[in-house]
Amino acid sequence: MTTFIIRRLIGMVFVLFAVSLLVYVVFILVPGGDPAERMAGKNPTPDNIQNIREKWGFDKPFYVQYGLMMQKAWNGLMPGQHSQYDILRSFDTRQNVVAEIKKGVPATFSLCVGAGLIWLFFGILVGVIAAVTAGGVSDRLITTLALVGISMPVFWLGIVLRYFLAEKHQIFPDGGYVPLTQDPWQWFYHLLLPWFCLAVLFIGFYGRVLRSNMLDSMNEDYVRTAKSKGLSSRAVLKRHVLRNSLIPIVTLFGLDFAAVLGGGAILTETVFDLKGVGWYAAQSVGGLDLPPIMGVTLYGAFFIVLFSAVVDFFYAYLDPRVRPT
Amino acid sequence: MAGKLLEVNGLKVRFATEDGVVRAVDGVDFELERGKVLGIVGESGSGKSVTAMTLLGLTRDKNTRFEGEVLYRDQDLLSLPESRLREVRGNEIAMIFQDPMTSLNPVYTVGDQIVEAITTHEQASKSEAKRRAVELLRQVGIPNPQVRVDDYPHQFSGGMRQRAMIAMALSCNPDVLIADEPTTALDVTIQAQILELLDRLRADFDSAVILITHDLGVVAEVADDIVVMYAGRIVERGSKRQLFYDPQHPYTWGLLGSIPRLDRPKPERLHSIEGTPPSLINLPEGCKFRPRCPHAFEKCIEEPELKNRVDSPGHLDRCWLSVEDKRRLRETTIAGEARVA
Repeated sequence: MTTFIIRRLIGMVFVLFAVSLLVYVVFILVPGGDPAERMAGKNPTPDNIQNIREKWGFDKPFYVQYGLMMQKAWNGLMPGQHSQYDILRSFDTRQNVVAEIKKGVPATFSLCVGAGLIWLFFGILVGVIAAVTAGGVSDRLITTLALVGISMPVFWLGIVLRYFLAEKHQIFPDGGYVPLTQDPWQWFYHLLLPWFCLAVLFIGFYGRVLRSNMLDSMNEDYVRTAKSKGLSSRAVLKRHVLRNSLIPIVTLFGLDFAAVLGGGAILTETVFDLKGVGWYAAQSVGGLDLPPIMGVTLYGAFFIVLFSAVVDFFYAYLDPRVRPT
Repeated sequence: MAGKLLEVNGLKVRFATEDGVVRAVDGVDFELERGKVLGIVGESGSGKSVTAMTLLGLTRDKNTRFEGEVLYRDQDLLSLPESRLREVRGNEIAMIFQDPMTSLNPVYTVGDQIVEAITTHEQASKSEAKRRAVELLRQVGIPNPQVRVDDYPHQFSGGMRQRAMIAMALSCNPDVLIADEPTTALDVTIQAQILELLDRLRADFDSAVILITHDLGVVAEVADDIVVMYAGRIVERGSKRQLFYDPQHPYTWGLLGSIPRLDRPKPERLHSIEGTPPSLINLPEGCKFRPRCPHAFEKCIEEPELKNRVDSPGHLDRCWLSVEDKRRLRETTIAGEARVA
């Protein structure tokens, strides 16, 4: 167990290093990426640009710059006073990147935890109903709806929902985020549409995956054994079919959840004006602003790596065959 | 206590599929006595497994049609409602399956799965059920059972898993134990051990056993009576003695010819029955074995009924050949010399 955790932590450092290096290299290769020219404003003199270059260290070799950037990001994470140039700042707005990400975290977490619970619950429910009634009317209905849910783009669904339910008929608030600590009811009320919008895709997807997993499991020999023991069909379904079919769902959920938590819900956050990490990522990518892109990417990669470790841990718990002996 | 424990009369099982109606079992009758071992023998697709699973209602489905009756303790298991049938399953009639590798659920310990069988049918506490699981594992010859009871199936070898399956099947002291190809997936040495175990447990638990196999060599060891099935019906039925020393049906001869024997001269090649079993959707007319039978003649276009044709009571077969012809022809068939022209 301890070695498992240590191995994972070391792995995490390597992954984060590789990801950050990749982002950095891509940024250097992208045309129009010279930050000094953009920071200098509309009609700069060459002296201006040169001045900025030296001050921000853009004249140094790229590996030194990379090292500096990582150092600054680290400083931003650490508490304590740092001088103006020692903290990772946006090239465009000069704002502290780490602070900006932290500002977005409550909205992103609220969106993702709520949507995650919704999609996990309904995904399993829908999958189980479809599998149990396989071939019947409710199965066909669910399978079709799931396909519709998977195929609907989030930006389209989000805008349609906003237009009809928030603007035309003002049933729901029209976007925005209210902190939980400020007003729990308004928090919930503002998040209902975004939760639904983000969850729809996953409900459809999980439902279909679980349905086919369960139908496969139902033909397993151990299910026949369970039936031959005299277990009720409910017990067979719960203890033997569902239990074994949920293992892949755990993997899916861990990785999907990590992705949206890590700023992956860009579209939902943007459509509903939730100023979370995903929204911040969209802003920075639009402005080719390296420091925030780097910050958000590392933040996202951190969750992906963390949750894949959690998934492995749960996997071993759920399936004794992969447990280390 | 002797006497009929289980009686199957005119059992027919049909599956409606997209390709047509599959007549998996087409008129099967046999009876089982307490403490006896009945062997059901036949190739893949002869309907033996479907027969066995039907006894427990495991083939029930909206696309399945049943006819006939399965009498057990004055009740017809075919028409018994699912909830009542559940009380019979595992409790009075238990079953073990062909592949012990996949017949146990990989995510529960062996002990949990035996405990589950016990607590489903009896008011036993978890710890009491577990004590019994340990005892059962000891009885089926698992070494160190109080430790191994907490192992997962993948920590058991194939033979041990089949022993665990047997322990699970015996957990509620069933009257009837159905073993569907229990040794097919195992090494030959393990096969013998498992058969010996089944035979010993039959005596200890006073159960009757239905042993399903494609291997006449397996039933030769333990069975009292033998039923030979082909294309969903019984082609020959009798005691082990009758079947081995005076086999009446050419299909039985084929099966006998396909096992190596020490009491006969070693053949050049081990005999195999020519051709493949018929499609159960489009069965041939008349005797179902006719297309593969080296001795078929005009009369075989009509299907012979299963009846006693030899001077030995209880020995039934489905073949038009006269008893003299059969006795004359079968030696060459068993030795593998006759071929379909």
